[in-house]
Amino acid sequence: MTSRNIIILGAGSAGTMMANHLRGKLDRNEWNITIVDEVEIHYYQPGFLFLPFGIYDEHEIQKPIKKFIPHDVQLLHTTIDRVEPETNLVHMTDGSALHYDILIIASGCNIAPEEVEGMKGELWYQDIFDFYSFKGAKALHEKLANWEGGKLVIHITEMPIKCPVAPLEFAFLADDFFRHKGMRNEVEITYVTPLSGAFTKPFASKKLGHLIEDKGIKLVTDFCVERIDNKTKTLHDYGGQEVNFDLLVTVPLNKGAEYVGRSGFGDDLNYVPTDKFTLQTTIAPNIFAIGDATSLPASKAGSVAHFESEVLTQNILDFINDDPLSAKFDGHANCFVETGNHKALLIDFNYDHEPVDGTFPFNGVGPMQLMEESLMNHMGKLGFKWIYWNVLMKGRTIPFIHPTMDTSGKHLEHETLNK
Amino acid sequence: MTTLVNEKNVQFNEEGFMTDFSQWDKEVAEMIAAKEGIPVLTPKHWEVINWLQEQHKSKNPLTIRKVGGSGITDIKEFYALFPNGPLKKAAKISGIPKPVSCI
Ligand SMILES: Cc1cc2nc3c(=O)[nH]c(=O)nc-3n(C[C@H](O)[C@H](O)[C@H](O)COP(=O)(O)OP(=O)(O)OC[C@H]3O[C@@H](n4cnc5c(N)ncnc54)[C@H](O)[C@@H]3O)c2cc1C
Repeated sequence: MTSRNIIILGAGSAGTMMANHLRGKLDRNEWNITIVDEVEIHYYQPGFLFLPFGIYDEHEIQKPIKKFIPHDVQLLHTTIDRVEPETNLVHMTDGSALHYDILIIASGCNIAPEEVEGMKGELWYQDIFDFYSFKGAKALHEKLANWEGGKLVIHITEMPIKCPVAPLEFAFLADDFFRHKGMRNEVEITYVTPLSGAFTKPFASKKLGHLIEDKGIKLVTDFCVERIDNKTKTLHDYGGQEVNFDLLVTVPLNKGAEYVGRSGFGDDLNYVPTDKFTLQTTIAPNIFAIGDATSLPASKAGSVAHFESEVLTQNILDFINDDPLSAKFDGHANCFVETGNHKALLIDFNYDHEPVDGTFPFNGVGPMQLMEESLMNHMGKLGFKWIYWNVLMKGRTIPFIHPTMDTSGKHLEHETLNK
Repeated sequence: MTTLVNEKNVQFNEEGFMTDFSQWDKEVAEMIAAKEGIPVLTPKHWEVINWLQEQHKSKNPLTIRKVGGSGITDIKEFYALFPNGPLKKAAKISGIPKPVSCI
């Protein structure tokens, strides 16, 4: 019998987990697995939040991709040009093509600073930075080391972005950073968001809204940036609001990979139309998608990709056996939110339930508290790096934490506030 | 919270978004618009409102950029139609929930 091919596009968090899960489940004589990526380094992206402040150094947040790919999975280092669902082919920019029986799109999303006039202008990486890329986070680290103070503006261009709380965490960590440097008085911190608040869910606003105020962070809401004036160092919004900065830390528009657009099946931001429960795409039954690349109304986070990978593994096995896809993703996300001062919050939610308070992962015991600032949660956030490299990327599961959200231990009655 | 419109009790949440879309009609929309400082809803307003409702029905998350790319209006005009926080205002008038992030 000739063997069949599974191709995974992207060897980031989601693709790496899928390669490990599937290799463990599928017969080597029957199934070849190939994973494609254009870069050779796997970055621990949650570390980009800490790099600018020198909490992590650049070496602990990068490792070679090949370290995490099983030796009997073929790793190809090339750039994807487009997918042709009619012929089951993936074309690469080097002219080669690969045939698949099953395709898994795991190419994530990335920043597109060129989409806003003046963002990637003469001040880019001089006074305007992002921290959503390794390059940006590293350049910002160098800038912050010698910055003498002034107006620091932290800005989100537009939702959705990956890890939607990261900009807020950046603001909290910046407050902490300048306090420790003894120069908090010389820095004015302003948080500029296109949403109607820093927290938009009523329960979260009620419980956490004070954090912004306590830390002396100014808030500008409903701000939809039109252009950035590099001469006057001003953000202009469509409604006529203006915000001045000395140092701008922006989260540019996030977009799926360009090849998704070129293949003709992406939405307006190059996200892949995907069933939110089964992770099968609407492009073709043998094309699946996972992680930041999908159009799912779930958070774009590593924890989400992890939960999705367990669901997708089952559904691919079902697909191979000609069975109905039996696993359903419930939108489960589990994120630590760094609040500065060696504290963090933990939030746990899914498609149906919004973040509420309670204990995690054990009902009534914890040890982690949901929606409360604590040192334990901060340790959890820092510990995530170890778990990421040593557990998740090796395709192992985290004990006691399930892909579907557990509602025990949660005060769901507080959710009524959100409804 | 309820408000009486044409002898109908319309339900709103604390922030003034409707909680039951089946209660929405043009009169309700006009009442909310007036409260939000938009005395007259022009045909352009209605086009945008209809488009937002369709997007909501198809469960497409809404952003200002999407409205700009809708082919119905551009971002500048959207701001002119629904001044100050256009997406929030337009969502209120359309009877659909507030566009939110995860927390
Ligand atoms: C600042 C920041 C903080 C974060 N904090 C957290 C956190 O605290 N907790 C959490 O859970 N998540 C966090 N995340 C999110 C998390 O890192 C992502 O959700 C996760 O990495 C998504 O995995 P992915 O596999 O979908 O995409 P990625 O890991 O981005 O992988 C996509 C891969 O596809 C490759 N690719 C793309 N296009 C092509 C092409 N044309 N040809 C070949 N290869 C291609 C890329 O090179 C890349 O390696 C954070 C992200 C950022 C930026």
